[in-house]
Amino acid sequence: MNTLLLEIAVVALGIILLLIESFTNRSDKNFLSYLGAAGLGLILLLSFLPIHGSAEGSASAAFVTSDHLAIFFLRFLLLTTLLVTLMAPSFRPVLERYLPAERAGGGIGEFTILPIFSCAGLMWMVQSIDFIMIFVSLELATITLYVLVTYLRQNQASLEAGTKYLILGALSTGFLIYGITWIFGVTGTTSLPALPSAIVLLPASAYTSLLFGIALILVALSFKIAAFPFQFWVPDVYEGAPTPVTAFLSVASKAAGFVVLIRLLLVLEQIPFLAVKLNEVIILLAALTLIFGNLAAIPQSNLKRLLGYSSIAHAGYLLMGVASLGSILAIPAIGFYFAAYLAMTILAFLVLMIVSENTGGDEISRFNGLSRRSPLLAGALLLSMASLAGIPFTAGFVGKFLIFEVALHQGHYGLVLLGCVTVATGFYYYFKVIRAMYWLQPAEETPLPVSSTVKWLIFILGAAILVLGIYPTPVLAALR
Amino acid sequence: MKLFLPLLITLPLIASLLIAAGANPRRTALVAAFVNLIASIILFAGYDLHAGGWQFVSEVPVIPRLGINLILGADGLTLTMLLLSTLVTFSALWVAPKIEKQEGLYYIALLFISAGVIGAFSSLDILFLYSFHELALIPTFLLIGIWGSGDRQSAAWKATIYLGAGSFVLLIGLLAFYLFSMPPGLRTFDLREINHLASAGLLHPSSWIYLILLIGFGTLVSLFPFHSWAPPAYASAPAPAAMLHAGVLKKFGLYGLIRIVLPFFPDAVQHFSWLLILLLIGNIGYIGYVTVAQKRLDWTVGYSSVMHMGYIFLGLASLNILGFHGAGILMFAHGLSVAAAFALCGEIRQRTGTLDYAELGGLGQVLPVMGILFGFVTMASVGLPGFANFAGEVLVFFGGVVSFDFGIVNLLGFQFPLMIPAIVIGVWGVVISAIYMLRAYRNIFWGPVAERWQSLTDITPTAKYSVILN
Repeated sequence: MNTLLLEIAVVALGIILLLIESFTNRSDKNFLSYLGAAGLGLILLLSFLPIHGSAEGSASAAFVTSDHLAIFFLRFLLLTTLLVTLMAPSFRPVLERYLPAERAGGGIGEFTILPIFSCAGLMWMVQSIDFIMIFVSLELATITLYVLVTYLRQNQASLEAGTKYLILGALSTGFLIYGITWIFGVTGTTSLPALPSAIVLLPASAYTSLLFGIALILVALSFKIAAFPFQFWVPDVYEGAPTPVTAFLSVASKAAGFVVLIRLLLVLEQIPFLAVKLNEVIILLAALTLIFGNLAAIPQSNLKRLLGYSSIAHAGYLLMGVASLGSILAIPAIGFYFAAYLAMTILAFLVLMIVSENTGGDEISRFNGLSRRSPLLAGALLLSMASLAGIPFTAGFVGKFLIFEVALHQGHYGLVLLGCVTVATGFYYYFKVIRAMYWLQPAEETPLPVSSTVKWLIFILGAAILVLGIYPTPVLAALR
Repeated sequence: MKLFLPLLITLPLIASLLIAAGANPRRTALVAAFVNLIASIILFAGYDLHAGGWQFVSEVPVIPRLGINLILGADGLTLTMLLLSTLVTFSALWVAPKIEKQEGLYYIALLFISAGVIGAFSSLDILFLYSFHELALIPTFLLIGIWGSGDRQSAAWKATIYLGAGSFVLLIGLLAFYLFSMPPGLRTFDLREINHLASAGLLHPSSWIYLILLIGFGTLVSLFPFHSWAPPAYASAPAPAAMLHAGVLKKFGLYGLIRIVLPFFPDAVQHFSWLLILLLIGNIGYIGYVTVAQKRLDWTVGYSSVMHMGYIFLGLASLNILGFHGAGILMFAHGLSVAAAFALCGEIRQRTGTLDYAELGGLGQVLPVMGILFGFVTMASVGLPGFANFAGEVLVFFGGVVSFDFGIVNLLGFQFPLMIPAIVIGVWGVVISAIYMLRAYRNIFWGPVAERWQSLTDITPTAKYSVILN
């Protein structure tokens, strides 16, 4: 089966759901979420059928690839979108509060359908091996996200987040297309596999222009993966966006950005003089991202912002892996880190969503005494925080372990040392959440209601964190 | 018998699950701990002394490509530590007072610590040895933070950050050991395989890794100057948590030193023996005097447990069989005596609400049985003959004397071995501990009885287990 069929199936699923949404008489739109999740699940299963890429020399083979990296992240994106779709029904009360009430239930269905389109764009993106394809798929994914971030039209924070995301997203797109232009102008190609042979033939005088183009593209990608110094949009956008969208942004969108970065670096590092320079840049980016993300997370009192900064910090650990691409174990390590990151981040946002709906805010103080109001939610968030902090027997620990292992192996001692310090910092701010849930007194004692879908999601994600923490081989084998 | 080790680890976890599902916390926890105690005694008895080596080994592959497998097994040292763990767990759960808030969580946290230490002691894979130890981190944070006393919040933070950072340093050390000491292709986390590598001369450990590991393990054992988390944490922790932590969990660092550092870094250990001896002098001498200055019983016991680590380090630093045996015996003996001391602390605090020497006094008249028990603990802690601590300390000193020329530093042109002052200070340390323990005894149990302590009731349950000490 051709991988492009998977994306076509995802787009078709989105269109069908939109049609159903338009013509249905049911005012309860939750069934759309379950339908979407079922469809995504089916497509996820299809991806396990024998897959072959586009035929050599065909039109699509010049633009997309279906190597292990692509297939792993296709599944990753499908799974993320599936989980986000399932989060949507629980988010309905907030949607109803902030959407204009011209039509009962208006706009609620689309909220679950739009991520599916974004997912299709990101799926193309992780497969792309051509700058034009990268650009187009990125736009498809981002335009949908612009709508989703600003979805709560009557909520100031959401509008502000949307505006910021739009302006900075557009800016980074500008950087990307400008960089692509420079590289095309110098080398005459937009195809990644053709790039090394084109660069080798270049006269030395063209290097400055080439480096300029590469630098611009790195800036654009740093925006996407939230690496320092292009991370400043993250906390505001994460805080203002609807929680399921924040989860989608921090997992799916970041993953796709990393895949493009990895592809670009794998190609450029075939050229010795670029390899050294780029490696230095990535190491610097990783170090600064680690420092900024972890230090800025310390004083946060809002859990959503905290998770925003923590996602910056995790981008730093992932960049440590990217800086070690010289080792063949680097890509499995990064892939595993993402798998762990998916489980623990979605779990954290899920609990955050439920708690903030019931208590009216995202501040850490809203979690005070959660262990008494809902031991299940508190336990789930405890597990997620433990995994984010990197405590053994959780997926987060194995992820950090593998990343540190490749980094040490590649001789990045300074980075690893810094990583140690930042992990210790991480203990502090993740434990702050645990402290609120377990040490402090709740404002009120009433138990929090938890729907059965959420319960199942919590059990599945929690089990995933623990199982991957003890038996990581299946994920690693997928990226061999 | 093979199944006993996995059983020891999983039983506390299963009990925690049952408690989370709604079983009676105290009863479930005690049953699990009791079964564990019996199982570890059976294991201890079932160990084939003549065969020696690793027994009851079971193995599950985890990441075969990196040589990471879950391997459980036991030898003499392991079994001793397991016995200590299960014994202290059982008594810690036993003396736990009635918990008003979140009783289930309290017992779950204690059981997790227990499962963690048992797992750490019985793992033959370095990475799992490390991982199991970390299982105790969050429970400790919760136990001190929710049910602690005094300045519990800052104590809990301090302990968590110290232990978290220390264990990450440790992890980096272990990773570096794995990557840079072993030949590519033969890399493994399996202790037995590393032993084979070492005896085949294929292991090339560099001394910087030794220093990282020493700091990592040292922080966990409260080696001077990485000790400052320990006394406040023990003082604030509820008695069962302090017992498990000071009695068992802290021994993990020493266990790691004995298992990983000393056998595989022979050159570095020799080369840097002056450093270790200097630090342990800090533990015995400096911390000893700090202990004398304490004005509260829980702080005294907390600091004394830091100080006594110095003796165990002394045994290890002597690098001979006498010292190692002494260290092993001391680990076991100290684990029991400090656990008993913290248990008594808890009992006294529960009855009087304070551990301040200035406020206590004359309790011997109202609490005669506790007085006697405390007397035993005092004598054990000081190391009077007849107590296991004595045997350990004597062996440690003998070991030290045999290796008197260790830790040579160049002092004004003289080659001066630091081991000699270490032994002298060590012996003087026994006197210091006699000073502070007897002073504590006098302040609490002798002297005039304050009016308000008249109505106290004597202890019953602790008596049963405390006798085991002798």
